[in-house]
Amino acid sequence: MAGNKKKIIRDRTPMLLQDPQVRAGNFEEVALGYTREQALIEAGRCLQCKKPTCQDGCPVNIDIRWFIACLVDEDLEGAFNAIRRTNSLPAVCGRVCPQETQCEGSCVLGKKYEPVAIGRLERYVADTYAARSPCEEVTDLSVCALEREGLKVACIGSGPSSLTVAGYLAGRGIKVDVFEALHEPGGVLIYGIPEFRLPKSVVAGELDGLRRLGVTFHTNWVGGKTVTIQDLFDQGYNAVFIGVGAGLPRFLGVSGENLVGVFSANEYLTRVNLGRAYDFPNYDTPAYRARRVVVLGAGNVAMDAARTALRMGAEEVSIVYRRSEDEMPARREEIEHAVEEGVKIRCLCGPMTFHGDERGRLNALTVQKMELGEPDESGRCAPVCLEGETEQISCDMAIVAVGTRPNPILLEATPDLGLNKWGYVEADPETGETSIPNVFAGGDIVTGAATVISAMGAGRRAAKEIAKRLL
Amino acid sequence: MSYEILKKEELIPGQTTMLVIDAPQIAQKAKPGNFVMLRVNEHGERIPLTIADCDAKNGTITIIYLVVGKTTAKMNTLKEGDRFADVCGPLGKPTHIEKTGTVVCVGGGTGIAAMHHIAKGHVEAGNRVIAVIGARSKNLLLFCSELSSLCPEVRIATDDGSEGHKGFVTEVLKDLLETEDEVAEVVAIGPVPMMEAVCRVTKPFGTKTTVSLNSIMVDGIGMCGACRCTVGGQTLFACVDGPEFDGHKVDFAELKARLWQFTEQEAESTEMFSKECRCHGGE
Repeated sequence: MAGNKKKIIRDRTPMLLQDPQVRAGNFEEVALGYTREQALIEAGRCLQCKKPTCQDGCPVNIDIRWFIACLVDEDLEGAFNAIRRTNSLPAVCGRVCPQETQCEGSCVLGKKYEPVAIGRLERYVADTYAARSPCEEVTDLSVCALEREGLKVACIGSGPSSLTVAGYLAGRGIKVDVFEALHEPGGVLIYGIPEFRLPKSVVAGELDGLRRLGVTFHTNWVGGKTVTIQDLFDQGYNAVFIGVGAGLPRFLGVSGENLVGVFSANEYLTRVNLGRAYDFPNYDTPAYRARRVVVLGAGNVAMDAARTALRMGAEEVSIVYRRSEDEMPARREEIEHAVEEGVKIRCLCGPMTFHGDERGRLNALTVQKMELGEPDESGRCAPVCLEGETEQISCDMAIVAVGTRPNPILLEATPDLGLNKWGYVEADPETGETSIPNVFAGGDIVTGAATVISAMGAGRRAAKEIAKRLL
Repeated sequence: MSYEILKKEELIPGQTTMLVIDAPQIAQKAKPGNFVMLRVNEHGERIPLTIADCDAKNGTITIIYLVVGKTTAKMNTLKEGDRFADVCGPLGKPTHIEKTGTVVCVGGGTGIAAMHHIAKGHVEAGNRVIAVIGARSKNLLLFCSELSSLCPEVRIATDDGSEGHKGFVTEVLKDLLETEDEVAEVVAIGPVPMMEAVCRVTKPFGTKTTVSLNSIMVDGIGMCGACRCTVGGQTLFACVDGPEFDGHKVDFAELKARLWQFTEQEAESTEMFSKECRCHGGE
C-alpha cells in the first residue's frame, strides 16, 4: 500500500501517441498505452484518499482506489478483478470514457494538480490482463459459474448497455442470449467508434470474455422484426433487456440536404467501420471519395467522422459549428487530437444551404455567420445570426453529425411500451424497468445519444434488479 | 439460421436468378413488401433484396436478382448447398393490404418478382388483381405462369412486340384505367423510370399509386439514412418508413441521382472481380 508521507508528483505521466502526421494517414490506434514503468509511476501518484470521490464519479462505481492500490503492489490480477467486478468492458472504458468529467474530474489530486490518469491505468490493467480468464473474478475458480437451470434473459442489441447486463447476469449463472440486428456484435463499439480510437480487436477480446462466461450472441436478429418481445417471453425468457441504441440520424432540415455527397455521420462511419471501407476494394463496401469535407456538429461523433475522412484521403476537413470552441460537446482530448492531425475548426458558422451541380452532387455549403448571445436552456451561449453575413465553403462531401432520434423498429412492434415525450423508452431510473413488467431498458434508447459508460451504468442497474428478482 | 441455398434456378440465362434460401425465422414473419439485407461472405457488402416469396412451413424465403455489380456477380457463383454469410429480416413496412376491389399490379423487369408477392397478398385479401408486366422481349418476362394462375387477368407488354402489346406497360395501364370501372389502387414495382412513368399515367385519374423504392441501403434498420428520399416534401427513410410510398408524392429525380452515388467504385469493384474470376478459370 502507498506510504503516508510521499512526495506528490504534480503532473500526470504522459501517454505515448502516434505522431499526428503519420496517424492522419492510418487507422491504427492513436494512443499507445502505458508501459509497466509508466503505469507504476502514475499509480504511485494516487493519494489513496480515505473518502475516494473518484469512485462516486464513476457511473458503474468502480473501486478505483483499490485497483490502483493493487497496481502499486504489482498485483495485476487483483487490479483487474477490482475493475471487472463492476465493469464488463474495462478495455473499452479505459479508452472511450470521458474520464475528465467522471472519475478524474472527481479526483482530489486534480483540485491542485493534475488528476491521476485513472482511464489510462484502467486501460493498462485491462490490456495487460486480457489474456486471462474472466471467470476467476466471479467464482474464485478458473471455471465459469454453473448455469442455473431454467433461468434465461434476452438482451436486444449488443452495445455497451446490453454487454454490461450480459456480463453481470452470466457471471451469476444466468443464461444470457444477446440478439443483434447487424452482422457483428458490439453495437456502437463496432459500427460507430473508429478503429484508431478503439481497435476492433479490443472489442473482440471483451466479447470473448463474455462468451467464456456463457453469453451467446445471435447476429442478424432484428428486435421487433425477426423476433418480438412477446416471442421471447413465449420462448421462456424470464426477462428482456432493451438496449437498441439511439438509431435514426437527425438531419439539419436545410435545403439541399439530400444531394449526393451529404451523409449522416452514422452512414459514413458505418461504411468505414462495420463495412471496412478503408480496405475497399478488398472489402466490398465503398465510402464516398472526397477532397474537401465539411463536418456539421462538434460532438465526439463529429470528431470521429472528421478524423476518419482525413484517413480516407481527404485533402481538407473542417468542422463547421455554430457556437464557439468552448461550447463544443466533444471531449477536449478528441478535439485536440483532431486539430493536431490537421482538421480545421470553423466556429460560429451555421449551415444554411447545400448547393449541387447539374448531376445533383454537392459542391458547396453556404453558412450563416454567428456570434454568441446569452446562455440558452442547455447552459451554453446561444448562437445569434449576424444578419446578412454569409460565406460559401466549397466542398464535395458533407457529414452531418448533429445527433439521433429514437429508432422506430422495436417501438412500433411493441405498442405497449411506454415512451417519454421525446419518443424514447420510459424506464424507471432506479431499476430500468419499462411499462411492461420484466422488460428493462437502458442506454441511448432511454436517454438519447449519450456516452458508452452512461449506457453501461444503466445496464448495470437493470442487471442488478433482474438478478434480484431471479435469484 | 443457416442461410443455405436450397434451390437455385436461372430464370433468364446469364441475367436473372432465383434462390430459395433456408431462413426459418425470417420466413415465419415475412409479409408481402418486406425485404432482407444480405451479405455474401465476410468481405461482402450488405445489400437489400425484396422477398419475392416465402414458405413459413418449410422455413424458406425466395429472392430474385439481376446481376448488376460485384455482389450479385458473387451471388451468381454460389451453388445449391452454399451458404450466405448473413441474411437479416424481414425488414421494412409490409404492403398495406385490405379488401378494396380491383388492384392493378404493374411489374417491370426483376420488379415482377417483388410484385408477385404483393399480388399474392391482394388476391388472398379477396381483391381482384389485374397484373400488368413488361420486358424488352418475351424471353425476359418473369413469373408469367405464376401470375396467370394467381390473377384472373395478366396483361403483357414487350418492347419488341414478341408477346402481348408492343410498347410499354404504361400504355397498357392507361388503357386499363380508361376501360375499367373502378380501380382502387395501382401498385408499381420495377426500374425507377418505369415507376415514375406509371405515376404520370395514374395521376390524371387520381388513382392511388404505390411504388416500392430501391434506394441504396447500408444497415437497412434505420440507422444511417443512406436510403432517405423526399416524399411529399418530407425526408423519409425507405428502410423503416417504406420501402413503399405514395408514388404521386415521391421525388423521383432525387432518387435517381442518389442511386448513382457510388457508380465509380461499383465499376471498379466489378472490374476487379471479373478479372479475379478470369484468373481462376472463369468460375
